[in-house]
Amino acid sequence: MQFEAREHTPVAFLLIVPLVAVLCSMLLASLLIIWAGQSPLQGFALIFKGAFGSSFAITETLAKTTPLIFTGLAAAVAFKAKFWNIGGEGQLYCGALAVTWLGTGIVDLPPILMIPFLILVGMIAGATILMLPVFLKNQLKVDEVVTTLLLNFIILLFVGYCLEGPLKDPMSMGWPQAAPIIDSGIFPTLIERSRLHLGLIFALLAAVIIWAIFRFTLWGFEIRAQGLNATASHHAGINSNWTIFKVALLSGGLAGLAGVSEVAGLKGYLTLDISPGYGYTGIAVAMLANLHPIGVVFSALFLASIFVGADFMGRSIGVPNFIADIMVASSVLCILIGLLLCKYRIRFNSSRLKQVIS
Amino acid sequence: MDILDIFLSASFWAATIRIACPLIFATLGELICERAGVLNLGIEGIMTAGAMAGWMWVYQGGDLIGGIVFAAFIGALFGLLHAQFTVILGVSQHVTGIGITMLASSLSYFVFNMLLPNTTTPPKVVPFQTIDAGPLANLPFVGEVFFQHTFFTYLAFALVPMVIYILYKTPLGLALRTAGENPSSLESQGISVFVIRTIAVMFGSSLMAVGGAYLTISAFDAFYFGMINGRGWICIALVIFASWQPGKALLGALLFAGLDAMQVRMQLQLGTFIPYQVFLMLPYLLSIAAMVIVARKAKYPKALLQPFRRGERN
Amino acid sequence: MVILEIDKISKSFGSVVANKDISLTLNQGEILALLGENGAGKTTLMNILFGQYSADSGQIKAWGKVLPAQSTDAALKAGIGMVHQHFTLAENMTVLENVMLGTQSLLSWRTDTQAARAKIANICQSMNLSIDVDLYVADLSIGERQGVEILKALYRDAKILILDEPTAVLTPQEVEGLFEMLRSMQKSGLSVIIISHKLDEILAISQNIVVLRQGQQVAQVATATVDRGELAELIVGKKVPEPINHQLAPGEPVLHLEKVNLFKSSSEKYQLTNINLLLRERQIIGIAGVSGNGQRELAAVISGVLKINSGKFEILQQDARKLSIKQLTKLQVARIPEDRHSAGIVGDMSVWENLMLEDLGANPCWRSGFLINTSAAKARAEQLIEKFDIRCANMNMPAKLLSGGNIQKLILARNFQLSPKLVLANQPVRGLDEGAISFVHQQLLDAKAGGSGVLLISEDLDELLRLSDFVQVMHDGKLSKAYPREVLTPKLLGILMSGGQLDSADHAADLATRSQYHAV
Repeated sequence: MQFEAREHTPVAFLLIVPLVAVLCSMLLASLLIIWAGQSPLQGFALIFKGAFGSSFAITETLAKTTPLIFTGLAAAVAFKAKFWNIGGEGQLYCGALAVTWLGTGIVDLPPILMIPFLILVGMIAGATILMLPVFLKNQLKVDEVVTTLLLNFIILLFVGYCLEGPLKDPMSMGWPQAAPIIDSGIFPTLIERSRLHLGLIFALLAAVIIWAIFRFTLWGFEIRAQGLNATASHHAGINSNWTIFKVALLSGGLAGLAGVSEVAGLKGYLTLDISPGYGYTGIAVAMLANLHPIGVVFSALFLASIFVGADFMGRSIGVPNFIADIMVASSVLCILIGLLLCKYRIRFNSSRLKQVIS
Repeated sequence: MDILDIFLSASFWAATIRIACPLIFATLGELICERAGVLNLGIEGIMTAGAMAGWMWVYQGGDLIGGIVFAAFIGALFGLLHAQFTVILGVSQHVTGIGITMLASSLSYFVFNMLLPNTTTPPKVVPFQTIDAGPLANLPFVGEVFFQHTFFTYLAFALVPMVIYILYKTPLGLALRTAGENPSSLESQGISVFVIRTIAVMFGSSLMAVGGAYLTISAFDAFYFGMINGRGWICIALVIFASWQPGKALLGALLFAGLDAMQVRMQLQLGTFIPYQVFLMLPYLLSIAAMVIVARKAKYPKALLQPFRRGERN
Repeated sequence: MVILEIDKISKSFGSVVANKDISLTLNQGEILALLGENGAGKTTLMNILFGQYSADSGQIKAWGKVLPAQSTDAALKAGIGMVHQHFTLAENMTVLENVMLGTQSLLSWRTDTQAARAKIANICQSMNLSIDVDLYVADLSIGERQGVEILKALYRDAKILILDEPTAVLTPQEVEGLFEMLRSMQKSGLSVIIISHKLDEILAISQNIVVLRQGQQVAQVATATVDRGELAELIVGKKVPEPINHQLAPGEPVLHLEKVNLFKSSSEKYQLTNINLLLRERQIIGIAGVSGNGQRELAAVISGVLKINSGKFEILQQDARKLSIKQLTKLQVARIPEDRHSAGIVGDMSVWENLMLEDLGANPCWRSGFLINTSAAKARAEQLIEKFDIRCANMNMPAKLLSGGNIQKLILARNFQLSPKLVLANQPVRGLDEGAISFVHQQLLDAKAGGSGVLLISEDLDELLRLSDFVQVMHDGKLSKAYPREVLTPKLLGILMSGGQLDSADHAADLATRSQYHAV
């Protein structure tokens, strides 16, 4: 088996590859649904129905898409520069913690100022916590994969402490949860009587901005060069520490925004379970989109619909909803193969095959 | 009771040994993968899968040794999957590892839920029992520290010299280390890099899974969600801390386990002054600190993270 | 006795034909030279023989038996050993481990080091090699590493030894030692295939010569029946005129190093010690040396990648010690990196994007503030592609798919578009074919004529002696004084490269050979 680099990738490939990856993951899911004694067709129909079957379902799916766009963008930006930020989950909680701290009464501004203020605060918080791994990587050559991962656990414990101690809502009757965000800081809902909120608009806006950064700016060019060949870009005068610092600001900020949007948009107050692993799923979102910012929007929508739909299927026919995570994971693995095929043509050794046959 | 008392209590040392075991298995597993040039970020998920598989084997009526073997088998399967991606196809080791972690843990939970629907409290099995060491067990202090452990515990410690022997004294170990240093050297001596790396990743992954199984059929007696709780990531930090040497990995695991055991005991004393979360954070903070200490002089295997493609023209 | 037959081997990579219908035979005790310029397909052919690539068609017989395709193991078992141009040694392992790798069954339970030591001692004795097998390869010199590679092959009882450009990294004196060893191996019945593009060496060592040109076999001749001129013609087909260096009046200093020291990052040992160098406008200074003696560090200092610890470092008479790489490029320092693939281009980016990777000049046309003007960048790329004759299907293709020569042209285009004041060329023609070599050399000479100072770092002594006005030799992190080209010969350079001093006796003795050398 040999790999031959392609001179150009057919455009169709870039669209087909994610679809094929999704189909492969559905195939695996079918096997599991059959094991659970149900028909895969019915299963997928239920997933679809759960995600898009009613206007309520659609708003739920979109509400779940919102944080995934943020964390997906956070991962995409970082991975473009080959900065392996796996700490989206922790940064999300940092953003959430910061808005809880400043958004529950300490600062009170009119909504037109309060909402941007909270967004800024959340982004700063998410970015700040990422500065530790960046510092350790740039100054001491400590691998960022492990530090960002371990920080997730530390931050979650810290949030747990805050919710049981200093930030605990006295009205919560013993539950570890924080006081609600004041009214002027709450994101308005987009559709009456739904949980869909302004955060989605911000998320879409963020995707477009990130896309524009990569497409049109020198900075985006530097990030891409750094990610594709760090030696050459260093030699060409791109300051890698500085690039990584900027990438981390952006990536941490976006992940922090996911926390803002969940607290100030969806839930209204901070609990320990505002994120069922959005930070980690963001990595899948980014990979499925081949790190393309606009693609992130679609892959976030897709994964959100899987999660919402699988919940619905679980309630209807008793297939454990972990099947959603399985589909996410397997589509990430499948997309890796697909992207490889975009770059290389795999040639099987015909002469060797002939030998084996004869 | 102060810190000195903790050090003088035999139960502290015995606990250190117990806590170290899963870390020893998984750290050695990761070390073997990395010495062959493959970063295996699937470790967290593979440990989960091993924990579930070993426990489920025993729960379904299999014997305990069978549980270890079955966990190792499941680990090797995920290792094979990882190797297909990172070794044969040569795609990103980072992303593959995270994908495998997500896949292995969600599959474990799914299977657990499928086989045991509607369980609220995790069912228990009869785990490994302390080996009867006869009069040795009754020795003061020493008896409790060293001779009141399970077979599984002794297996962990026996594994270290075995891995050292394999890595440094056998042709296979030589080939494995070369795969992580300069794969083309291996290839030019007629050994397939693919085969060696695949073997290494499969073997390493099976050790990770066995480390997970230690938790469910020796240290505890049940499987519950999120029980690996970052142990896998800690092991990756330990590998770096150990400079990719199995002997130092054992020391690192023991040191780490000792601090963990101490943390639990200090929590009992200081819990009223210091929130318990601070103590729970300690293992993760220590791991980061451990990496910071060694990072500057860390001697990475030279070909770590580098895919090898035969006959590719550059 | 014929021991090896290569029969009509063909191989292509995509659209590039590397080998076409190549056939040759090798006798026992013969030294066969495989001659041809870079890219002629010599290495590909040998990699096929050694089982690292598979041929598209054709077959290979060793001792009358067909070798299975793409099996290094089978080649080794058939007694074929290969020393690659880029050594395949694991540096963080000992010589013993490197030699023993793959010689025992992977299933055996222990490595038999005792027997291995005995066997190695035996081989070393008969071949006049002296190697301490417990040293780490990282601590060996280049010449010693080559010895280890040969030892590896002999340890596996190689009867046919393939050497790919073995002399490229050696001093002239070391080359003589190597040839002596090859002759004694030949006497004991071994056969050798030696790949080279250096005619004199080939004429000195081989019995038969096979010449390849653009993947085709153009001749198989007995060495005794050809002369240098005929061979040169066979290799290139038509003669490419080699650009000539004219002496010009030097101008202002463009690069000045005085007492420069650079510490190793971790330990206290120097990497560069007391470096003195003065390069002026309209001047080419060559830096000779065996690879790994500090040339890479010197280049890294001048291109801003490493910062010096002490000493004076001026570019264009400005203090350059603290300048960032970006500031250096703005001072119009053109840098041709040693490894053009990894340091010169971002392979997965397009050609036009690579052409703007370094922003020479304060305000490149393709930039407005922090935005990139894509159409301006592409327009400029188009000009550069034309001016520097970069052969590419289109400017949107990934740069890694360009040939080596075209990658180098891309790097030259980027660096030479605005006439640079200082040119740092590190191994600028390594691995390029004749056409590309003369193109690169012409660019360097044009730059000199246009007023720049050129620092040329090279391991090719002929190249250095042809292009430089002065040559300085690097050995163990120290730089010799500058010798005018006229007083130097390859042999004298060889003495300096291995750390020796030039005394007058040496010099006088060599003046005689020098006239000979120029005659050839």
